[in-house]
Amino acid sequence: MSLKLEHINYIYSEGTAYQKQALKDISLEIPQGQFIGVIGHTGSGKSTLIQHLNGILKATSGTIYFNGENIYAEGYSMKNLRSQVGLVFQYPEHQLFEVTVLDDVCFGPKNQGLSPEECRARALEALKMVGLKEKYYDRSPFDLSGGQKRRAAIAGVLAMRPKVLVLDEPTAGLDPRGRDEILDQIAYLHKKGDMTVILVSHSMEDIAKYVERIIVMNHGQVMFDDEPRKVFAHYRELEKVGLAAPQVTYIMHELRERGLEVPVDTTTVEEAAGQIVKALKKEKSQ
Amino acid sequence: MIKTEDLVFEYEKRDDDGNVIGKSRAIDEVNLDIAPGQFIAILGHNGSGKSTLAKHMNALLVPTGGTMWVNGMDTREEERVWDIRQSAGMVFQNPDNQIIGTVVEEDVGFGPENLGVPTEEIWKRVEESLKAVGMLEYRHHSPNKLSGGQKQRVAIAGVVAMRPRCIVLDEPTAMLDPNGRKEVLRCVQELQKRDNVTVILITHYMEEVIDADRVFVMDHGHVVMQGTPREVFSQVETLKYYRLDVPQVTLLADELRKQGVDLPEGILRKEELVEALCH
Repeated sequence: MSLKLEHINYIYSEGTAYQKQALKDISLEIPQGQFIGVIGHTGSGKSTLIQHLNGILKATSGTIYFNGENIYAEGYSMKNLRSQVGLVFQYPEHQLFEVTVLDDVCFGPKNQGLSPEECRARALEALKMVGLKEKYYDRSPFDLSGGQKRRAAIAGVLAMRPKVLVLDEPTAGLDPRGRDEILDQIAYLHKKGDMTVILVSHSMEDIAKYVERIIVMNHGQVMFDDEPRKVFAHYRELEKVGLAAPQVTYIMHELRERGLEVPVDTTTVEEAAGQIVKALKKEKSQ
Repeated sequence: MIKTEDLVFEYEKRDDDGNVIGKSRAIDEVNLDIAPGQFIAILGHNGSGKSTLAKHMNALLVPTGGTMWVNGMDTREEERVWDIRQSAGMVFQNPDNQIIGTVVEEDVGFGPENLGVPTEEIWKRVEESLKAVGMLEYRHHSPNKLSGGQKQRVAIAGVVAMRPRCIVLDEPTAMLDPNGRKEVLRCVQELQKRDNVTVILITHYMEEVIDADRVFVMDHGHVVMQGTPREVFSQVETLKYYRLDVPQVTLLADELRKQGVDLPEGILRKEELVEALCH
């Protein structure tokens, strides 16, 4: 199973004065089971890109294959695609609407045409996955805290048992613990199952901590597509397009300049601490 | 500039039929005294009461107990509400919800126009404010073509044009990319330094707080920690208990200390860490 994009172009408001090309000749291959981060400044095309993955936006030209099937082919079931490629929008809690949390999470599977029993079972499973306690299931989603609402909304997508989970800034506005809890949970789900996870984020630190591959968008094009340490090595170019490397990467560069023998392609705190301790020991023994 | 005495904000909890089933305190006896010209940061988890506190600072909410003074005015005096809002301007999280004009300069002029400022003076203020946030060259642009950071700076200019003594920013960078965050932060720090405007910044990004004069941490409507950034961020475990974090540099220094590297506590900037490791 995989997602494959071939020469995708997307033009907004074509033929009007507001015409704008949001995606330019994007070709990507996303094998099943990867944990991918998508970064880019506001307006770089990253939200437009992910909305193509489940057919909410249709490319002006180019083809997308899901499981080898052309999703733009006549008779292709978009409904089926959308239940397999689950998209969690920004501030998904704004889309909660049912009377109880459980009903809300049942909405997805209900639309898939499953029986009420099956919907309930799926919803309970999904709520457990996001770590929402049972005492909240019968409450109104509007009585939950910010972090809990966000979990309920993510559960609503997970209840459809998607093969690909796409999250557009799932931690915006959450406090640091809420942010860590949600990302840890997503990482756990990814590790446990065979789900592809595509995470859009403005936090370079979060991206560096969790993903195995980063796609950098700029002006509607893929600027870099590689493992985090290689992408963040281009930190000067990233800064020019409104991004940055994680703070630790900058620290490693400065330490290196000051003569401490540390590798500069370090992107997480744990890794950096280990490398610095090692370099200090080596320095002492010389 | 901003002073509270035993400030309480209580709201009623209701059941499904609208009957009152109890009271809850979003702010519980908070005492603050913020001097003019300071850069203050307020941290706290979601639901800790920090936004409720911010809304008291320009009388969007009024206390149910205790007192809040803004520039010497008691926020419960209804006839002074416009003076209070002119003294303490607010900037919110989502720039798209705050911009109403179809041209940048019109949007910035909206505040002073509402205050009844003469037309000539409005234009003067619009120009000054846009210059102050580094957006003068965009004055004739349409706001919806701007980046998130630019939109937030226009929103800040709109507040600056009302010549406030104090600006309260409630998570102004939550929706912005790294550059946007930097732009907004630089902009408010300049206003504070150059024009002596009191800045009150509410944020979940610990890195944005390291230059503050004072940091307050809220939990369950109480102020549970306060001090300089160095004092507050040297308490890594306590902050984690309150669902918060420390800047990544501080976290790395803490991790190194745990592994036996001799480092001082409360390192906030990468320069400090590099210096301490390479002396």
